[in-house]
Amino acid sequence: MERRLKITIVERDQARAALIVKSLTQAGDYDLHVVSDMARLTATIAERNPDIVLIDLDNPSRDALEELRLATSPLERPVALFVDQSDAGLTKIAIEAGVSAYVVDGLRADRLKPILDAAVARFTMFRQMRNELATTRRALEERKIIDRAKGILMKARGLDEAAAYALLRRTAMDQGRKVVDVAESLVTAAGLLS
Amino acid sequence: MTSPVLPIGFLPLVDAAPLIIAAEMDFARAEGLTLDLRRATSWSRLRDMVTFGQVVAAHMLSPMPIAAALGLGGAGAPLAAVSVLSTNGQIVGVSPKLAARMQNNGFAFGFDNATAAGIALMGAADGPLRIGVPFPFSMHAELLYYWLTSLGRPSPAVLDIRTVPPPLMTEALAACEIDAFCVGEPWGSMAVEDGAARLLLPGSAIWSDAPEKVLGVRADLADMAPEMLSSLIRALHLAANWLGDPSSLTIASEILCRPEYLDVPTEIIDRALSGQLTVSPRGETRRVARFLDFSMTTPDPVHASWIGGRLAKRLGLDRVQAEKAARDTFRTDLHRRALLAIPGFTEAAAHQSRFSNGQTFNPIASD
Repeated sequence: MERRLKITIVERDQARAALIVKSLTQAGDYDLHVVSDMARLTATIAERNPDIVLIDLDNPSRDALEELRLATSPLERPVALFVDQSDAGLTKIAIEAGVSAYVVDGLRADRLKPILDAAVARFTMFRQMRNELATTRRALEERKIIDRAKGILMKARGLDEAAAYALLRRTAMDQGRKVVDVAESLVTAAGLLS
Repeated sequence: MTSPVLPIGFLPLVDAAPLIIAAEMDFARAEGLTLDLRRATSWSRLRDMVTFGQVVAAHMLSPMPIAAALGLGGAGAPLAAVSVLSTNGQIVGVSPKLAARMQNNGFAFGFDNATAAGIALMGAADGPLRIGVPFPFSMHAELLYYWLTSLGRPSPAVLDIRTVPPPLMTEALAACEIDAFCVGEPWGSMAVEDGAARLLLPGSAIWSDAPEKVLGVRADLADMAPEMLSSLIRALHLAANWLGDPSSLTIASEILCRPEYLDVPTEIIDRALSGQLTVSPRGETRRVARFLDFSMTTPDPVHASWIGGRLAKRLGLDRVQAEKAARDTFRTDLHRRALLAIPGFTEAAAHQSRFSNGQTFNPIASD
C-alpha cells in the first residue's frame, strides 16, 4: 500500500481552511495540516516536509514558499518542492484556477488528480464569492454617490427625488457617461463650491 | 485598424511607473499598442503568468530571468529581460528596537555611508541578524549579501536573509520575526508611517547603479512577435524619459496613487519619485540623489553576469556557466534595435558605477 500523502494547506482564514480540509477528506485519505500563521510559514513547512503544499495563487505569501526551493535544494537537503513538470497541463489548470501545487518530483499525476480536483473546485468557489463581494461593495458605493448627487440637485434646484435622478440620467446619456460618473463630478464640484 | 491589446502583469510598486505611465500617458498608443495592465500579488505569480501565457510581459525583479535560466524556481520556461524598468529604489529599514540600540551605540543615521551603517547594524544585533526581502531572487537580497559581507570585517555569525512579502513586513517586524528589511517603495515609507521602522540606507548607497526591475518576457517572444516587442520597448523608453523630467512628478504621483494601481496616498509616492524620504516616524527627512532612476533602460549583460555569478557562488553552482546563462537573459540586442528606430535617438555614454566599498563596478573583481 502506498504511504498516505502529506498535504499542507496554507490559508489564513480558518473557515476557508476548514472547507478545504473537508473537501480533501472527502476526496481521499490524506495526512492534512493547515498553516495559518504566515510569519512562521516557511519554518512550519520545512519542519513538516509535506509532499504537497496548497496555497491560493493570489496569496502574497507564495513568494515566501519560493525560498523553500532554496532551503531544500540538493545542496542542503535531498528533497525538493517544485511544480511537477511531468504534467504541464495539470499545472496550468491549477494555476488558472488560482491554486498552485508545489509537488515533490516523481509524484504520479493519478495520485495528485483527485486532490487538485477537489481543491480547484473549492478555490473556484472562493474566487466567485470574492468577486460577488467586490461587486456588491462597488454597487453600494455607487448608490451612495448617486444619493448624494440627488440630494444636492434636490436642494439646489428644488426638484423632487425622481426629477433629480431623471436629470442625472439625462445628463449622463447626453454626455455618453455613466450616471455614477456624472454624480461623482457633481459631488466633487459641490464640495469645491461649498 | 485596432491596436493589439497586450496583457502585462505588474505589482503595485512605485517602480512599476514606466508601465503605468506608458499606458496612461499614451506612449503605448503612439507605438500602436494598447496595454492591459493586470495587478498581481506576488512575484511567483507574475513569473507563472508569463510562463503560461496569461500575460505577454511582466514587471520582474532583475534576478528573476537569471534565476529561471539557472533552474531556480518556476516551471522552467526560459525568460528574458528586454528592458530595464528601474535602477536603485531599494530601501533598508530597521525595527525601532534595533534603531534605538544603534543610536545608543552612537550611530548618527547618516543615510549615505553604507560602510558605517553596516558596521553599526551588525554591532547592534544581539543574535542572528534577520532581514526580510521580498523574494529570494531579488536585487534586495543581492545588495544585502554584498554589503554585509564586504565590510572588511568578519562576516556576521548568522546573517539570516528571508523572504517576507512586503505587505506583511510591518507585521513581521512587530512580531519580532525579523529585525530589518530591504524593500522597494512604497513599502519602506509605509513601514515608517505605521511606526514600525526607521529607514537606514537607500540601495544606491550600496551600489550606485543597481538594476532593480526589468520587463520580463518568455525568451521565445522575440522570435514570435519581434515588431510588437520593439514597439513595447520604445513605449517604455519614452515613458521613462517622461518620468525623468522633474516637471512630471506631480502628474506621475497622481496617476500611480489611483486605486487600480498602488492605492496609497500621493504624498507617499512623491517621496520615492523625488528622493525626499521621511526616514523616521518622528518625521526626519533625508534627500537622496537618484534614489529611484528610470533613465537607464538598456539591459546590461555585465550586470546580469554579476547577478548570475553572485547566485552561483551562494548556491554552489558552476560560476562560469551561470555567468554565461545570466548574460544571455539580458537582451541588449533587442533593446538597442528597438531604440535605434526612434528618430534622433543617440546612445548614452557609459558611466562608471560604484560600490559602497569604493570599488568601481567590475564583475570579475566583485568577490
